[in-house]
Amino acid sequence: MQDSSSVGIVAPQTAHFQQPLTLKSGEALPAFDIVYETYGTLNSGKSNAVLICHALSGNHHAAGKHKEDDKHPGWWDNLIGPGRPLDTNKFFVIALNNLGGCHGSTGPASINPVTGKPWGSRFPMLTVEDWVKSQAMLLDHLGIAQLAAVVGGSLGGMQAMQWTLDFPERVRHALVIASAPNLTAQNVAFNEVARQAIMTDPEFHNGDYYEHNVVPNRGLRIARMLGHITYLSDDAMGAKFGRKLRNGSLKYNFEVEFEMESYLRYQGDKFATAFDANSYLRMTKALDYFDPAFAHGGDLSLALAKAKADFLVVSFTSDWRFSPARSREIVKALLDNELSVSYAEVTAAHGHDAFLMPDPHYHQILRAYLAKIDTGASS
Amino acid sequence: MSTTEIVREAENRHDFALIAKWIQPQSKVLDLGCGNGSLLSFLREKLEVKGYGVDKDDNNVLACIGHGVNVIQMDLEAGLAGFDSLSFDYVILSQTLQAMVNTEGVLREMLRVGKQGIITFPNFGYWRHRIQLMAGHMPVSDNIPHQWYNTPNLHLCTIDDFEALCAKMNIRITDRIVINEGDTVSFMPNLLGSLAIYRFEQAGWPISY
Repeated sequence: MQDSSSVGIVAPQTAHFQQPLTLKSGEALPAFDIVYETYGTLNSGKSNAVLICHALSGNHHAAGKHKEDDKHPGWWDNLIGPGRPLDTNKFFVIALNNLGGCHGSTGPASINPVTGKPWGSRFPMLTVEDWVKSQAMLLDHLGIAQLAAVVGGSLGGMQAMQWTLDFPERVRHALVIASAPNLTAQNVAFNEVARQAIMTDPEFHNGDYYEHNVVPNRGLRIARMLGHITYLSDDAMGAKFGRKLRNGSLKYNFEVEFEMESYLRYQGDKFATAFDANSYLRMTKALDYFDPAFAHGGDLSLALAKAKADFLVVSFTSDWRFSPARSREIVKALLDNELSVSYAEVTAAHGHDAFLMPDPHYHQILRAYLAKIDTGASS
Repeated sequence: MSTTEIVREAENRHDFALIAKWIQPQSKVLDLGCGNGSLLSFLREKLEVKGYGVDKDDNNVLACIGHGVNVIQMDLEAGLAGFDSLSFDYVILSQTLQAMVNTEGVLREMLRVGKQGIITFPNFGYWRHRIQLMAGHMPVSDNIPHQWYNTPNLHLCTIDDFEALCAKMNIRITDRIVINEGDTVSFMPNLLGSLAIYRFEQAGWPISY
């Protein structure tokens, strides 16, 4: 059955860029592809474009399905569609796979034109700034001078913030959700454990596992299990699994005994077969590197002085990886610059993952904010 | 309610019109306990102020965002740590002071963040309130509409009480208007006025620091 508020069947597209992209690290990508999807229609004034920036493990497939019988729609399908909070009757929505990813855009598994082999260990480190730069090139390619809004959660929220700093004239609104002005030491620590799990997997081969026809599944699996624990709240896990046993009684061995273990193993296995370890390593590094205040002596207000956009900042009460306190730092810096900003602290049990959930109040907030955005349409 | 409707509603609020008279056009205004954003919408429309609201209630935050009013969701009781000192021309607290736990703390924070404070509160000393008390009941009126058992109000005060607190905190009252049913009351305001509106500022360091 076709849901009338779904964008329906969508097809990814690929933009090829032949010019080199110089990265913050000083390295360059000689040429690159960006795979993306769009939903809705670009209006004649090209004033209704909204860019979706994905988080750690996201991709360009944000809404709709590729085939009718796809088991799941895109990762932010509950937000995007005709009549949904990000209404595709009003907006032209663009979602892309960031560079370094593993869903079609140029990444570590792509062929390095110099060697004719997969990039592997030689694929450069990427930063949020590099992604924003490449996203701006994608907009140039699509003929879009200015975004009505840039929207992102978590690492995606960092990209939304960076957009307002690097291209203040090209973005009218930024929706920064469950994000932070930089990672705390604890967050960097979690990322490092995830990376060590991958890099110490015997099949990692220093990142050049492609040529050995193996994948460091075990490491990636553990990395994802760790991540998953931190994206949920203790309360949410307790409510969902508690100490429930898989088979009713303890077996006194290392097989799955608790439902929690079963869930984590399932999530780990699922992810390890669908994601590239080298991409995961680089995504976590981009998170660690993000820190717009660093170049301003740690003063976030000074860092955000370049921004001109209006902001909506949203956090979730049970999110302990990107806590409300971190969002309030962003809000404070925006207030210091007298920018238009609204801040909603949503009461939610799901921890960091709440930003992907269709919580009614959260979606009402986004819907109300997006509805006020002027796209210059007469209707 | 549309934004036009809330501005129209605000135009019928006599206290809003009086507050607006004390506010310079294009100034920067912080409205604490901003509700659905009607006062800020009104001030933005009339005076082109740069306004921000603060409210802790989900529905109020949603209403403000729906009206395009900047709103920061936070609990006033926790202070205004997210706002720099003297970063606003005016900090408004409209019919909220009596519901605060930390009355002195809120007043102090208003005058840390704002150059001037504007406050409105129901006058508990209003004669109708006194009569109800003398008849043996907690007062209920247009400005104090709740029953004793479900009121959000914690710290009701009279006009004289409020002025005594200002004196204790070294707060200088620059303007006062007392009204009853929309009319200004100048004779025996503590008895005949039902709603008090004050503008005030810090006179040197507060004594109670």
